[in-house]
Amino acid sequence: MAQTKRELLVDPLVDNNPITLQVLGICSALAVTSSLKVAFVMALAVTLVTAFSSMFISILRNQIPGAIRIIVQMVIIASLVIIVDQILKAYAYEISKTLSVFVGLIITNCIVMGRAEAFAMKNPPIASFIDGIGNGLGYGLILMMVGVIRELFGSGSLFGITILPTVNNGGWYVPNGLLLLPPSAFFVIGLLIWAFRTWKPEQVEEREYKIQTVEAH
Amino acid sequence: MPEDSGQKENNRDKGFVRRFLELPPDSVPKTVFVAVALCLVASMIVSATAVSLRPIQEVNKLRDKQINILQVAGRYDPSENVTEAFSVFEPHVLELDTGEFTDAFDPTTFDDRAAAEDPATSVALQDDPASIGRKSKYVTVYLLRNEDGSLDKVILPIHGYGLWSTLYGFIALEEDGNDIYGLQFYSHAETPGLGAEVDNPRWKALWRGKKLADDSGDLLITVAKTAPPQGEDYHVDALAGATLTSRGVDNLVRFWMGEEGYAPFLENLKAGEI
Repeated sequence: MAQTKRELLVDPLVDNNPITLQVLGICSALAVTSSLKVAFVMALAVTLVTAFSSMFISILRNQIPGAIRIIVQMVIIASLVIIVDQILKAYAYEISKTLSVFVGLIITNCIVMGRAEAFAMKNPPIASFIDGIGNGLGYGLILMMVGVIRELFGSGSLFGITILPTVNNGGWYVPNGLLLLPPSAFFVIGLLIWAFRTWKPEQVEEREYKIQTVEAH
Repeated sequence: MPEDSGQKENNRDKGFVRRFLELPPDSVPKTVFVAVALCLVASMIVSATAVSLRPIQEVNKLRDKQINILQVAGRYDPSENVTEAFSVFEPHVLELDTGEFTDAFDPTTFDDRAAAEDPATSVALQDDPASIGRKSKYVTVYLLRNEDGSLDKVILPIHGYGLWSTLYGFIALEEDGNDIYGLQFYSHAETPGLGAEVDNPRWKALWRGKKLADDSGDLLITVAKTAPPQGEDYHVDALAGATLTSRGVDNLVRFWMGEEGYAPFLENLKAGEI
């Protein structure tokens, strides 16, 4: 694992993106991307939680008993998530109202656990912190891309600012209601994964089966 | 052997925590030690954060509620100080059954939601169209007076179940207790773009000027696709694509404006006793 700090930060953005390559953290990506503002705060919260939980877990990595390591990781992650939730409630009340239950669900976001288990348990604190930031940003990047598509075509706005005036508000644009519902994020993320893998063919996984050709006698 | 005792000597010098830290990570005492220590530290940090931020959170919640009351009464101006603007409202705790104000609780601190869960101050509903389970016997209502002291508007809290969530909101009525001035929900989790259009200003504006009941006192107000035979005065158009949320709003408004809800209070209001 002789990665430079720059690689730790930049790799998860495209080449090793937690959503498009590892297909982790999909559930929250479905739930919070119907508006950009919410997606942005969620991305920020996940980035902070991943970075700090990786750092703390890495500091403790030589003391954590193998038998209870997952529980130890969960306790650290859960504490950080509660702190983020409390801070949002105190200083960004409006946003915490829209995020509601999803902040709490960061605990179950596989990206946070995944980085703790796969990286922070084996690497020093600073590298783990940077790795956490990188993966959070990779997650955030996809969230923002999905958010732009969903909010623009679903509500006709970006960050709440009207771009396409909708019929409901006296404009001309008939919004696509499907994009406001969680399943649409599946389609958008699916298309993004396709686009990423067309751009970078090395991300395509090897088939688990081989099409057999029967030779004619 | 002497080496061994030297080691023990050494260990004793190191103190309790150090000795645990030097145990191999997978031993049983170490496992227990890490679990206990981590839980202690984590719980202390979490509770310290929660306790130290609580006052700010309470202020936010109160402010949010006040802004909603100001909005539903058409008095909200973002440039104004909320607490100051809100001071014109007169809070009262209302006893639903009698429709009269009570002095048993302090209206500035009375918590409607807590009261609805406390068996001492609430009743379980048999017939429950708004799907709220229990109803508080007491609620906080807000009066807005004209400068000459006559009543201008009353703001009544309402809540009920939509499609996914309980919608909490306020309805503002004119001084006659029959004309609706506004309706607004401050907390819900309906589908964005469909049910959450209850927050759309254009839809909320439909409520203004509607009437709850006709001259004979029959409750007619309805949220539906088509108007009732009595006419548009009692009809608010349902939200397109949000049949169940609209039905929920219809149920909860009719419930709270009916006999189980504010009807006794509205009678008193019409009789000029408030």
